[in-house]
Amino acid sequence: MGKLLRRTFLIGSAATAGGVAVGFYMYKTPYPNPLTADADKGESVFNPFVKIAADNSVTVIVPRAEMGQGVVTTMAALVAEELHVELSEVKTEFAPAASVYYNRAMLEEGAPFQVFDNSFIAEMTRDIQGVVAKFLAMQATGGSSSTVDAFDRMRMSGATARAMLIAAAADKWQVAAASLKTENGKVLDPALGRSFAYGDLVATAATQDVPETVTLKDPGDWHYLGKSQPRLDMRAKVTGKAGFGVDVRLPDMLFATVRMNPRQGAKMTGMDASAAEKIPGVVKVINLGTGYAVVADNTWTAFKAADLVTPEWAEATYPATTDAIFASIDAALKAGGGFTMRDEGDAPDAIAAASGKAISARYSAPYLAHATMEPMNATAQWTDGRLAVWSGNQAPTSIVTQAASEFGLSASDISVHSTYLGGGFGRRFETDFSILAARVAKEMDGKPVQVTWTREEDMRHDMYRPGAICEAAAVVDGQGVPSVVFRVASQSPIASTFGRLAGAITPPGNDKTIVDGLWDQPYALANYRVTGIPVDMDIPVGFWRAVGHSHNPFFHESFMDEIAHSSDQDPLEMRLKLMQPYPAAVGAVQAVKDMSGWGTPLSADGVKSRGRGVAFCLSFGTWVAQVVQVADTDDGIRIEKVWCAADFGTALDPKNLEAQMMSGIIFGLSSAMGQEITFADGAVEQGNFDSYDAMRMNQTPEIQVRVLQASGKMGGAGEPGTPPSLPALANAIFAATGKRIRQLPLSKEITFA
Amino acid sequence: MDIKINGKTVSIEADPEMPLLWALRDIAGLTGTKFGCGIAMCGACTVLIDGEPTRSCSIALEDVSGEVTTIEALEGDDGALHAVQEAWIEHQVAQCGYCQSGQIMSAVALLESNSTPADADIDEAMSSNLCRCGTYPRIRAAIHTAAKKLAEV
Repeated sequence: MGKLLRRTFLIGSAATAGGVAVGFYMYKTPYPNPLTADADKGESVFNPFVKIAADNSVTVIVPRAEMGQGVVTTMAALVAEELHVELSEVKTEFAPAASVYYNRAMLEEGAPFQVFDNSFIAEMTRDIQGVVAKFLAMQATGGSSSTVDAFDRMRMSGATARAMLIAAAADKWQVAAASLKTENGKVLDPALGRSFAYGDLVATAATQDVPETVTLKDPGDWHYLGKSQPRLDMRAKVTGKAGFGVDVRLPDMLFATVRMNPRQGAKMTGMDASAAEKIPGVVKVINLGTGYAVVADNTWTAFKAADLVTPEWAEATYPATTDAIFASIDAALKAGGGFTMRDEGDAPDAIAAASGKAISARYSAPYLAHATMEPMNATAQWTDGRLAVWSGNQAPTSIVTQAASEFGLSASDISVHSTYLGGGFGRRFETDFSILAARVAKEMDGKPVQVTWTREEDMRHDMYRPGAICEAAAVVDGQGVPSVVFRVASQSPIASTFGRLAGAITPPGNDKTIVDGLWDQPYALANYRVTGIPVDMDIPVGFWRAVGHSHNPFFHESFMDEIAHSSDQDPLEMRLKLMQPYPAAVGAVQAVKDMSGWGTPLSADGVKSRGRGVAFCLSFGTWVAQVVQVADTDDGIRIEKVWCAADFGTALDPKNLEAQMMSGIIFGLSSAMGQEITFADGAVEQGNFDSYDAMRMNQTPEIQVRVLQASGKMGGAGEPGTPPSLPALANAIFAATGKRIRQLPLSKEITFA
Repeated sequence: MDIKINGKTVSIEADPEMPLLWALRDIAGLTGTKFGCGIAMCGACTVLIDGEPTRSCSIALEDVSGEVTTIEALEGDDGALHAVQEAWIEHQVAQCGYCQSGQIMSAVALLESNSTPADADIDEAMSSNLCRCGTYPRIRAAIHTAAKKLAEV
């Protein structure tokens, strides 16, 4: 690796985008280090990510949410690799809310360019988005971006701290720094055989000048990176000791719950709390305007008393039923317009010219809840006008911004303590549960209050994956190459999410998440048009694992399957042919072809029939192909096997990447098998896992994952496993049964065993 | 009311109708057992009562007649882990980790009643425990490993 400037580390490599129109001087000014003020005695702070204490303990500050994706371990490994310390002994802390922890890679991923588009304008805009990320200073976890964002920054943190330790030892011994080495938490002087433990040096090392340049290890010399590491949070998670939001315990803490208008966002026009207030243990019932809170001396009493409050709810500001909601989406699709994100050749003309030979299809996907295992919750306390919030969250600085706006505080009066997350999947990017806790605590005279939602409250007050309808048309030429048109209509997750964030500027331009998975796929087609049509409705929608890539690949890859079958082509071979210019795509598809024995006959022993389906999706920088095998049995469709090949460019922890792929696949298949959020009278009908379930152990297929590293650019891991799983399943069901299902969940038309 | 929890008799002042889960978490200070659904659909709150896996969100304190064992009791005072926990670490099972206390308690109960469970036995015993991170393939592998570990003892 070449030398990297210190300046680069502090401000992000987006500084190379000279000519960016925003204030360049401001952009060059580094954010303050929030650790310096609160470091414990004996701890020396080297930079916002590394503290070393006199007892040699190394603490890595994790700026991202740990929601299962293993980011704590990878962050620590990046630092340990360059600091030359034992990874298993590294301690970790979640970062406070501070701008220095902004996520550049997340907004970069949000730039409107395909991953494989490295043209000048694409690189330029990615850099500008990085600048925007810094100005918004979003310390956020999303877009499968944590490791991509951290790769240089955390290694630089370790490398600069190591250089400062060497400089301190060189001063003490009065030798040249270049003559010294480091190993396992020690600075060594090989010439004289003497050494200092890091702890002996920290007091003077932290006052050394931060080096202008450091050299990072060549990947060939990596000790931890590139190899599977035991997770640092594993022991805590198998002993019940990992602290989630619901596990926060503070002196004199009260327990509460909230019930908000099930017609989301609408007011509460009246409330009779007299019966609830009589329950022993109830401390207070609070009118929150759009709902109420019950504060008690334990959570169950709060739940029970909340059931006894009689509220009056105002009407919803969006269509009241699922049918009416989808009629609105359909009307928007029929009205046309929208924005065209991919337009090569003239696909509509090619289809019109081939009268009678074109195929067309209409697909749909439902609204979906995140249904994290840990229901929404947060704890808050007000002390002398200052607010402290404890929560498992994906966006600490957004909580600060939102609370400052709502309560008229300055950011310095708000502290956010992030815990482990009992699942995130995008739901905990939102600030609502943290802000509600702050509002409840504000009424409780300085006492801390933990506000835990019931499962029903959680499911009925989500920011849902938007429902969508897609119309597709194609005609295939004599070489088996299709001309395709996709038109998709849905609400905009970006507009809805940024509309809720105080002080946030909705990113300019079209919401590409509406068409993600349709417009950004590596198929070389002469005629290819993808149009997105935003639907204006008040149902809160947001980021659900893979966002637009959660449903659009079902439309795209199901239709590619239909195109292949309609033109007597093997669906996998057709993809290999159409993806020729993109070696990472070809590599992934070829890998699942080999892994699954694609093309070899399947026996139907003991079942009615078997079939395999293939799908591909490039999302969040990672190229993923999957083959699903199903059996049609007397009890319904059984998913037997899944093969997955994923090209991450660089794989820092292969065993963890395997886990993330399995996770994404099971998450996607769960939704395909039966999840659907429906509305009646303006309220969500599902409330718990009896009506909104997910895959169980007895339904779980055998899953094989192959990790590839050929794409040349590091991609994400948390989300990319999900997108291909749904269409691969639908295509397998077609192969096994001849039944083409074009609506999600697939259980609308078929039974799963 | 006196309840035997993890080998100790604990006096709990609460409404007898309060589900055991909330007495453990909000009164006894044992937060390793998790709230997931409140209707015995997800298994995050699984504890053992006289060795039987039980959804603590759906059993009232007044109905608890046996000894309660929670995740906290599996780790010895010397830090030694149960074979199931060791197998969980060996297979790197947990992701977000929220459901894992319940998963582990269900697995412990399974292996107490069946020392060599087949995959079908695992399906039967573990399908009441939901995991949204999709750790099932590794849970299955870890249960087989734990069975071998327990057989060696």
